[in-house]
Amino acid sequence: MRRFNPFVAVPKPLRGWVLPLVLLALWWAAFRFGWSSSPVLVSIGSVWHRAVEQTLSGELWTGLSASLRRDLIGFAIGASAGLAVGAALGLSRLFENLVGPSFHTLKQISLFAWIPLLSVWFGLGDAAKIAFLSLAAFFPVVLNTFEGIRSVPGELMEVARVLRFNRRQWLRKVVLPSAAPSIFAGIHLGLIYAWLATLGAEYLLVSGKGIGNTMIDGREHFWMDLVIFGVIVVGLVGFALNWIATQIERRLLAWRGRSVAAY
Amino acid sequence: MPHAATIDIKSLSKQYEVKGEPLPVLADITLSIRPGEFISIVGSSGCGKSTLLRLIVGLEQGYQGEVLLDGQRIVGTSLERGIVFQEHRLFPWLTVRQNVALSLLNADMTEGQKRFAVRDHIALVGLQGFESAYPHQLSGGMAQRVAIARALVSRPEVLLLDEPFGALDALTRAHLQQELHRIWEAEGLTMILVTHDVEEAIYLADKVVVMEPRPGRIRRIVPIDLAHPRDRAAGSFVRIKDEVLREFSAQPPAAADAAAALAGRGPPQCALPGAWRFAV
Repeated sequence: MRRFNPFVAVPKPLRGWVLPLVLLALWWAAFRFGWSSSPVLVSIGSVWHRAVEQTLSGELWTGLSASLRRDLIGFAIGASAGLAVGAALGLSRLFENLVGPSFHTLKQISLFAWIPLLSVWFGLGDAAKIAFLSLAAFFPVVLNTFEGIRSVPGELMEVARVLRFNRRQWLRKVVLPSAAPSIFAGIHLGLIYAWLATLGAEYLLVSGKGIGNTMIDGREHFWMDLVIFGVIVVGLVGFALNWIATQIERRLLAWRGRSVAAY
Repeated sequence: MPHAATIDIKSLSKQYEVKGEPLPVLADITLSIRPGEFISIVGSSGCGKSTLLRLIVGLEQGYQGEVLLDGQRIVGTSLERGIVFQEHRLFPWLTVRQNVALSLLNADMTEGQKRFAVRDHIALVGLQGFESAYPHQLSGGMAQRVAIARALVSRPEVLLLDEPFGALDALTRAHLQQELHRIWEAEGLTMILVTHDVEEAIYLADKVVVMEPRPGRIRRIVPIDLAHPRDRAAGSFVRIKDEVLREFSAQPPAAADAAAALAGRGPPQCALPGAWRFAV
């Protein structure tokens, strides 16, 4: 006789919900049965009320839209610059020799070490924040674009030579599609890094509006419900950005199928 | 029917430079191939047969002697010379139709002519109905058929085949050998096949060129005067096969290689199943 396995009882698509629901139940129980009297512990209800209040008063949108706007502008700048530099590094040995060593040195510097420099150059406003999160998106895009271009299989390069492709055909028909999975991986990483950096920038360059600033406000006033609400919103936005990127990737790279082809 | 090419190779030698030392790969190869002829080149690994093919297709440069196509020295690649590699080398992001059409990117044809040529060549290799499939959806044999269609669609004068069936199972291989013969008869072009498989070489060719290694030289050219379709079990076929195999056993280094491969100690490409059938 097979023993009952509670995890198999949950249908596959819903298994991802098990952990959050258990945590939610524990949270509820901790409050309900008074496991702790710490003021850090707030009720689910109060977080919910805060959520409703923030949404209805429009404060959520003010903060979130300011953060998202910076995120997208910074990501767009960083990813475009990253694509250009990565492509140049990958396609030109001369450019690689000239710029490669400096780039590989710069990428070793922790992102947060840039903050003092950026705040001196750009102040504490939006410009500095956008510069910071463009940098966050820039590095993974450069690295993956470069890698993608350099790892075009030699076997396909030979086919291109046999078929007498000119440079433009070689770029469009061989290099670009072959490097595409790696380039998308870089852009995807850049998108995630930029969102992480958006929050980082709001903590480290405290000024203006943003979902991070809302959370800082919450901490200052010890409104734990507001802090927890902020964490949830940030997590959901990150999840949504990741989901969108995955969908676009899947659609554009449908040729890969399920198997990973050799070339 | 396309024009078939004459290939003249005269005193061809090639060497690579390894750590400053010259390493001869091919030495004094002289070979004349008539238009429409089917030539098989057999030899053990390291006899330079693939290098010879790469020189003819134009992927390798720098050699002594002459490699002439219709009297013209070969410089670089050309759409007049198609090649099928051991791996199919299809572009994984393109469908069968798009992969075949790739060969016509630089062809002097109208879009309509290109569409017809692609359709005809997909039919020639028997893949109607798979035009929109991606390479990862095809079996090894089907992918190799697409590779053959891609090499033929630009109407080359000569088709070079570098162990094209080496990675396929025995049944698929036998079937594709038949198909290749049919295509050769239908298209009437010059074909040069490099293979490990003596039976395959004899089954298809007008002449079998036996090469010996270090450096790669022609040991013997065996004309095959059997009528098509050839029966691998016929006495005359087996006699020629034995004769070619004797050329191998008479050469100590290659025979040692073959024995090593059978014992599983050979270079990696020798480990392919069936690749050394002739030695058994």
